[in-house]
Amino acid sequence: MSEQKGMFGASGTGDTSGYGGLERSSYSPTSASRPYGSYFDDVADELEKAFPEFSDAIEKVVVDRGELTLHIKRDRLFEVAKTLRDTETLRFEVCLGVSGVHYPSDKDRELHAVYELLSMTHNRRIRLEVSVSESDPHLPSLVEVWAGTNWHEREAYDMFGIIFDGHPALTRILMPDDWQGYPQRKDYPLGGIPVEYIGATVPAPDNRRSYR
Amino acid sequence: MSTFASSRETTEGTIYSVTGGDWDQVASEIGSAKEERVVVNMGPQHPSTHGVLRLMLELEGETITEMRCGIGYLHTGIEKNTEFRTWTQGVTFVTRMDYLSPLFNETAYCLGVEKLLGITNDVPERASVIRVMMMEFNRISSHMVALGTGALELGAITPMFFAFREREKVLDVFEKVSGLRMNMAYIRPGGVAQDLPEGTVSHVRELVKDLRKNFKDNANLLIGNSIWIKRTKDVGYLDLAGCITLGVTGPVLRSTGMPWDLRKTQPYCGYENYDFDVITADTCDVYGRFLIRMQELEQSLRIIEQCCDKLDQLDGAPVMVADKKIAWPAQLALGGDGLGNSLDHIRQIMGTSMESLIHHFKIVTEGFRVPAGQVYTPVESPRGELGAHLVSDGGTRPYRVHFRTPSFSNLQSTSAMCEGSLIADVVAAVASIDPVMGDVDR
Repeated sequence: MSEQKGMFGASGTGDTSGYGGLERSSYSPTSASRPYGSYFDDVADELEKAFPEFSDAIEKVVVDRGELTLHIKRDRLFEVAKTLRDTETLRFEVCLGVSGVHYPSDKDRELHAVYELLSMTHNRRIRLEVSVSESDPHLPSLVEVWAGTNWHEREAYDMFGIIFDGHPALTRILMPDDWQGYPQRKDYPLGGIPVEYIGATVPAPDNRRSYR
Repeated sequence: MSTFASSRETTEGTIYSVTGGDWDQVASEIGSAKEERVVVNMGPQHPSTHGVLRLMLELEGETITEMRCGIGYLHTGIEKNTEFRTWTQGVTFVTRMDYLSPLFNETAYCLGVEKLLGITNDVPERASVIRVMMMEFNRISSHMVALGTGALELGAITPMFFAFREREKVLDVFEKVSGLRMNMAYIRPGGVAQDLPEGTVSHVRELVKDLRKNFKDNANLLIGNSIWIKRTKDVGYLDLAGCITLGVTGPVLRSTGMPWDLRKTQPYCGYENYDFDVITADTCDVYGRFLIRMQELEQSLRIIEQCCDKLDQLDGAPVMVADKKIAWPAQLALGGDGLGNSLDHIRQIMGTSMESLIHHFKIVTEGFRVPAGQVYTPVESPRGELGAHLVSDGGTRPYRVHFRTPSFSNLQSTSAMCEGSLIADVVAAVASIDPVMGDVDR
C-alpha cells in the first residue's frame, strides 16, 4: 500500500488532525510460510494435488488474522476457480462475490479483485485475490463457474472499471448507463458531481445498450 | 394501435409505447399480431416491488418469457463515504444500508473492525449478549415486515396489520435501549454504545410472552389458508443447485432443505452458547420460505429468553472494551432535547480534567488507528449471509468497505424463479426473497 505523507489524505486543505507532518510507511502483506495452520495447509495441499501448475499460478499465499488469501495470476484465475469448485476435497461451491480495491500506488497492479469463496461441504472459507493494471484492466469472468458472480462482476466493473472478459452482459449496474468514470477508484472525488435527471434525454431503443 | 400509443420507427421495426389508457383495446390489438413482443416495465415505483426495484418483463400472453431487474435507484455511495470518515463513524453509514435490519449491518461491520484490531476476544460478554438480543429482536421486526408486506402484496390485509402491530412493540425496545427506532448505530467497534437502561430485561421478558401469543394469531391466518396456499405453493421454485450456483442464502436456501445458518455453522458473538433450531422446508417455493420465516420468529424468541437469563447474571458488567484508546469516552444520556452526552461526562471533561477533554476530542475527531490488512466477517442476517469486507491501510479511516449483501445476491435469482411462470407470481416470488433495496444498491 501507499507511502503516505500527512494523515487522513488531507492535502492542500486544512489538516483535521494536527498530524500533517507524520509519514506512514507502505504496507504489503507478507507471504506466509508452511505450516499455515488451521485447515489452510489442507486446502493448499489439495489444490496443489488437483492443480499441477500450482506454483506457476499462485503468486503469494497470505495468512492474516485467521484468513487465507491466495494471490493468483489472472491468466490462471479461471482454471484455479474451476478446480476449487470441482475437486471433491476442496468443493468451494459458493462464490460470495467480487469486491474491487484500488491501490493507486501499487504500480501495474492498481486494481485488485477479491473473491470470497465458501465451501458448505467442508465448512471452510478462503479468499482469492487477483490484481490487474489500470491500463489493462482485463480479468476472466467467473460467471461460468459461479453464476452468482454475474451482478458482482458488473458492480466491480461499474465502480472500478475492471473488465471481466466473457461476462454475458457487462454493463453498469448501480450507476446510470451513461455515467463517466469509476466512482470507487481512489482518484475519483467524493461528491461535487452535478447530477441531472430532469431534462436528460433518453436514447431511442435501438441506440440503447443491448442485452444479450 | 396508433390511436392510443405513440409509435417510433427503429432498426428493429415499429415500437409502440403504451403508458395507460384502454387496456382492453390494447390487449385485443396485441392479440391480433402474434409475432409481436410485449415488454412490460414494472416499477421502479410499484407498490409490490419492495422499494425502487424495476422489473422488465417480456411476456407471451400472461406468461413471462424473460425477466430482468433494473437496480441502482437507491445507490447512495455508502461504501465510498465510509472511506472519508473514522472507523467509528462508519457504523452510522452502514446501518443505513439494510434499513429493515440495521443491527446486522452494524454487527458485521464491527466484528470486522474488531478482527482487524485483534480485539475479538476482548469484547465483553455482556456486550455480545446484548448484541445477540438486539439482533434477534431485529430478525423478528424484519421478518414481520417480510410476512406482513408479503401477504399484503398477495391481497391479504389483516396479516399486515397484525405484523406491524407486533413490529411496533419490537421497535419500542430499540427505542428504549438505543434511543432510536431504526438506524441506531448502537453497536460500536469494541462493544455497544451504552448499557441497557434499567428495567429492560423485565420488559423484554413480558414482551416475549406477548409476542409468542400474537405470532400464533398471525400464523393461523396464513398457514392452511387455501387462497394463500394457491398463491404460494410451487410458485417461485428454486432448488438447491440453483441456490448454490447463484450464491443464494438465508430462508430461500433453507427452503430447499439445506440447514445452512451461519449462527450454527460458523458461530459469532457467542451463538454457539444458545439453544435454537435451524428451520428448513423442502418445498423450494414461496410457501416454504414464508413458513420458515414464521417459525424462525419462535426460535428468535427462544434465543432472547436465553439472553435475558445471561443478562441477569452479567448485571453491571462492562459493555465496551477496556482499552480507552478504542472505547469512546462518553456515556450517553437522555436529555430534554433528545439523546446526547451525559451531563456527568460533560462536567468531568469541561470542569475537572483537561486530559479527559483532550482524549475525548482526539478520539472523536481523529479516531483510532487500525492495523493494515483485510478481513471478511459474515453474519446471518434475516435475508442470508451479510458479509463485510474491510481493508485498512493502517490509518484512522477505512481504506475500503465493501458489503456483500444478501439482497443483492438473492435478487439475481428472480429471473430463475419467474421465467416461465405467470406475471402474478412475480409479486409472490420477489416478496419471498424479501429484498431491501437499500441493501441491494447501498
